[in-house]
Amino acid sequence: MRPTQLDKARIRELEEIGTRSDTRDVLARATMQARRDYDDYFVVDIDAHVSEDHFWGEVIELIDNEYLRDLGQSQLRSFAGNNALLNIVPGLSHQSVGGRITHQGRREPDVPQGEHPFVVAARRSMDAMGLDYQIVFPSAMLLLGMHPQDEVEVALARAFNRWTVERILPMDERLKAFVYLPFNTPEACETLVAQYADAKDVIGFTVCSTRNNAIHADCYARLYAMIEESGKPLAFHSGYHWGDPSFAQLNRFATMHALSFTHYNQIHVSNWLINAMPERFPKLKMLWVESGLAWIPFLMQRLDHEVLMRPSEAPGMKRLPSEYMAEMWYTSQPMERTNMELLEATMKVMKAETQLLYSSDWPHWDWDAPSVITSLPFLSEQAKRNILGLNAARLFNLDIKPKKPRADAVLATRPGRS
Amino acid sequence: MTEAPTAPRQVSVGALATLRTKERVVLDIDGQSVGVYFLGDEIRAWHNVCPHSGGPVCQGKTVARTLQAIDPATGKSPGLTLDRSSRMIVCPWHGFEFDLLTGVHAVDTKTRLRPVPVAVVDGDVVLTLG
Repeated sequence: MRPTQLDKARIRELEEIGTRSDTRDVLARATMQARRDYDDYFVVDIDAHVSEDHFWGEVIELIDNEYLRDLGQSQLRSFAGNNALLNIVPGLSHQSVGGRITHQGRREPDVPQGEHPFVVAARRSMDAMGLDYQIVFPSAMLLLGMHPQDEVEVALARAFNRWTVERILPMDERLKAFVYLPFNTPEACETLVAQYADAKDVIGFTVCSTRNNAIHADCYARLYAMIEESGKPLAFHSGYHWGDPSFAQLNRFATMHALSFTHYNQIHVSNWLINAMPERFPKLKMLWVESGLAWIPFLMQRLDHEVLMRPSEAPGMKRLPSEYMAEMWYTSQPMERTNMELLEATMKVMKAETQLLYSSDWPHWDWDAPSVITSLPFLSEQAKRNILGLNAARLFNLDIKPKKPRADAVLATRPGRS
Repeated sequence: MTEAPTAPRQVSVGALATLRTKERVVLDIDGQSVGVYFLGDEIRAWHNVCPHSGGPVCQGKTVARTLQAIDPATGKSPGLTLDRSSRMIVCPWHGFEFDLLTGVHAVDTKTRLRPVPVAVVDGDVVLTLG
């Protein structure tokens, strides 16, 4: 039966979101969430990513070793292409789930002439998600700790840091970065800390966790003392590595990814605590990035349990491991949230209200919008504001004066597109 | 994302013969966003809001359902296959997959798309929006 009256409506067709969509269209729903829930919040994204392979030629060009620069440029022009000198395994890169998630590795369209494509994409993502600041990490370089050639890690670290600090960060005051430390070569790390300790837009130093170094080794003592002296945090950014024998039994990316991103930071935190590093470097601010949250209460309980029974193996510790862990900082993504009771207990035990920092991981496949925090029913508004930005402001000495455009203004730039 | 409830209304979004030349059309109707899908003789309409994080679920890809082949006699699995007869709606934000006809998530049956009543009236596709 025909309805008695059909409403007149303004109808327009929306486009499919794909690999060439504008960031503001991909994230339009996040902009609406910002308008509804947190437009007046100060928001800092501690962990977003450069797809540096898109600009790899610019980085290779900055390698200061003539031989490696020539080798890199040669590989860039031939078989290795944008993976020149890197140790990633393209056939094992399943992040997009067979092309289902299209923002991983996407290229930004409509870049105004004279602007850098990465900066344009990053600015659009900040505007769309309602971020005042975004801190950027590399992507493919997260695996460099497993590179068989230490000198390549050093050369690429130095080049990437120059590219980031000298070329990219000056283009937008809302972009900040950690300096990549080539941790397989402690002396090179010390040189970089000395070089960048006072750099304005460098808010800390980072080690990519995917590696087999024992982080408590004495060869790093001077490095930690230098970072402690700088007053800037040291961030261990986790990652995956399917080539690690621990994960060779896993036949799906999902399980390998789930376990390896927590595996490396669990090992490093365990070594850090059992060797009493918090007592030896008490002012060094430690930040653990991109392992989610569920591993934290597990490791707290597990280490407390062992150390209570075997104190002779942890004589440098003056408190329980969980107490030290509750004084460290953590980033939120990928935030496990299928069980609110467990998440609430996790946030309570890790003192999330002061120690947790929101991170998006944009544009990677398992990113989190700020709404993952604003939508939590058990957090107070002050806790949400702390996690989304005020904790970061305290840790990194950021000015909390608003930097972002209002959500309505962002949505108005893309009328009718999404 | 929760859209503000309004009084139910019926809206014609176009002629079936025209719309069904595509597998899917996503429409903004006075600020409400809906995906309308055509599979064989079936029509479905779903709110364009992913139950996971509020992403634009209908603006991603549609793909064949992935199955794990299992030999019931031996319990052995020769691996993963594609069921080309069924279609899954994939949220472009995080990859949540929902059956095009039922709106149910591929693994978790508690996670579902929100339906929009749809009918064909005199050759037109008519949605009931509320």
